[in-house]
Amino acid sequence: MQFSNTSTNTNLSFESLGNKDSLDIIVNMGPQHPSTHGVFRLVLWIDGEIITKAEPHIGYLHRGSEKLCESELYSQVISLFDRIDYVSNLNMELGFCTTVEKLMEIDIPDRAWYIRTILCELNRIASHLLFYGVFGLDAGAMTPVLYGFRDREKIQSLFESVTGARMMHNFIRIGGIKEDVGPDFNKDVEKLLSTLKTNIDECDEFLSGNEVFLARTKGVGIIEKQDALDFGLSGPTLRGSGIAEDIRISDPYGIYDRFNFGIPVGTTGDSWDRYYVRIEEMRQSIKIIEQALIQMPEGPILGNVRRLIKPPKGETYMRTESPRGDFGVFLVSDGSDKPYRVKIRAPSFSNLLSLTKMLENSYVADSVVILGSLDIVMGEVDR
Amino acid sequence: MGLENLGKGYSPKSGNTPADNIFNKILPNAVTAKSDQLFALARKSSLWTLSFGLACCAIEMMSTHMSHHDLDRFGVVTWPSPRQADVMIVAGTVVKKMADPIKLLYEQMPDPKWVIAMGACATNGGPYYKSYSVVMGVDHIVPVDVYVPGCPPRPEALMHGILQLQEKIKNDALQN
Amino acid sequence: MNVESKNSKTELLAKNVSSHLDQFTPIISINKDEVEVLSNSKNFLNLCKYLKTNKEFLFDYLRCISVVDYINYLEINYHIFSINYRFKSVVKLQINESSPSAPSVTSIWPAANWHEREGYDLFGVLFINHPNLSTLLLPENFEGFPGRKNFPFNDYDEW
Repeated sequence: MQFSNTSTNTNLSFESLGNKDSLDIIVNMGPQHPSTHGVFRLVLWIDGEIITKAEPHIGYLHRGSEKLCESELYSQVISLFDRIDYVSNLNMELGFCTTVEKLMEIDIPDRAWYIRTILCELNRIASHLLFYGVFGLDAGAMTPVLYGFRDREKIQSLFESVTGARMMHNFIRIGGIKEDVGPDFNKDVEKLLSTLKTNIDECDEFLSGNEVFLARTKGVGIIEKQDALDFGLSGPTLRGSGIAEDIRISDPYGIYDRFNFGIPVGTTGDSWDRYYVRIEEMRQSIKIIEQALIQMPEGPILGNVRRLIKPPKGETYMRTESPRGDFGVFLVSDGSDKPYRVKIRAPSFSNLLSLTKMLENSYVADSVVILGSLDIVMGEVDR
Repeated sequence: MGLENLGKGYSPKSGNTPADNIFNKILPNAVTAKSDQLFALARKSSLWTLSFGLACCAIEMMSTHMSHHDLDRFGVVTWPSPRQADVMIVAGTVVKKMADPIKLLYEQMPDPKWVIAMGACATNGGPYYKSYSVVMGVDHIVPVDVYVPGCPPRPEALMHGILQLQEKIKNDALQN
Repeated sequence: MNVESKNSKTELLAKNVSSHLDQFTPIISINKDEVEVLSNSKNFLNLCKYLKTNKEFLFDYLRCISVVDYINYLEINYHIFSINYRFKSVVKLQINESSPSAPSVTSIWPAANWHEREGYDLFGVLFINHPNLSTLLLPENFEGFPGRKNFPFNDYDEW
């Protein structure tokens, strides 16, 4: 179906379509589609089964979060940031809180940082489990999604016992965290980690060696190193192409320099590499959580902040590593209690730009797998 | 010719006519109902939802369909095509750019059809009610039957919403 | 990495940048851990090309382009990063508010494509030589530029 009032000025006259012998068919993978992750519209010009040109249309979830942030107090903005990347909420909150803390130069107590790290890494595992399930569904496998969600439910019930909500926690505050964890926290997390270790190996065994899955993902959607840097890719999408760049190691924030973990890096830059980098990242996150549980000290959980937060006049840009890549927040403050300008640099926005390059001369059926391997969340792309 | 034997043994007052047999032996074990109620029972037990997750509530909708809180035991399966779907669960914020596709999808669904507005954003705009590009509630575009509040609503809340919709379908058939 | 070594690295970079970029006459300052380069619109494209190609800097990764509306003028910030040396820097460009336009950097960093379209969509900044400057996030018939400070709050229709 063609939406005449939402189409851009794509010129559909016959002369503009290059090949005069045959006409390209225009296929619209509309905003409502089972395989586009969220409301995303992709218009494809195909010649038989080969895609000659692809044009993504976004903006179907543009809620105006950046403008709304200018009318709310700093502590109210955190609940808006929860809803930007709705799969990994705690990492979004961490991104904003670290930006304000960098501008105000607050000292955060150690215990708060350890709890923040444990919860954010658990959120990273939950986000990658969702990716695992949905990517299997894109490639045609109907069982992995059930296994992925089974483990995600366990993580979400732990979050509920700590923060009070399954999603949209609003737990990480400027200066620390909202409240201390209960006495059973260490025991609960250790039990969860032991289940997760066996379950992640099980999930890996299901899908990674499967012949049909390998045929669908190996060699599909290759992006070279130089192209990946040119388009501004980040996160597992960049690491799948062979560039070892992780903000937790190259520019550590918080306490990430006290942990010993590795960065999985792919070789060819195809969809299978991007998928397997995420599976390995789940294992590295478990390593980080184990080390954090041993090292966690007692102490206060909120730094020296006043109730009403008024940063000094100035601006700053802070980058953190969210499960999708390099999440940046640019904050301009004019000394009042509401931000002057908040700009969100979402990793999925930049990753989606490379879709046009990856889809050139690939098959129509591969477009679903390539889009799934980028792991985009439309709430981030449109904000 | 044995025609004169035809109908022997059956007389109106003998209590052995086929009609008497049906009335005495089968009808006490049978249930009678109006056909409306029968169709309502069939419709509510097999609601096919249009998979239409827009934003954050879609993740909780997906969780509800999965094995922990199963929706398949109520007969609810997601179906991507609007031509074969009964219920449209609008899960997420409705943006002005997306309003026309939603209207188109609603018109493509065949009767009888219902709409569940899931989450605060679909009910009245939610946390984005001050924004310049958000429609304050999906009931400006399509008629809504059940509102499920929450941000996002728990999977149990969505299940309660679907069960309320089933009650509504049953009651609508009872009344007329 | 402790704070002192980060500060010294930034100061070294600032000195290096100011000595190399003297020909373009920018204003250089340090803001926490980034080097800010305030360029003038005449030398802007050449400055960016120099920062990307020169072997001492190699700023080949464009993170983000953001437009800020200070009521009398608009300021565009280009956040750039060097993968090899891990240098962070911000290039700023100030343009006037009544008819804002700036040269497009898509020929230098292709990642700027959608960021500039968003700047055009929400703020009305015209980027010269952009391959496809059209609306990205807003619907087609939207009037006004929502990112600007003079766009009203809380004054919207329900539908």
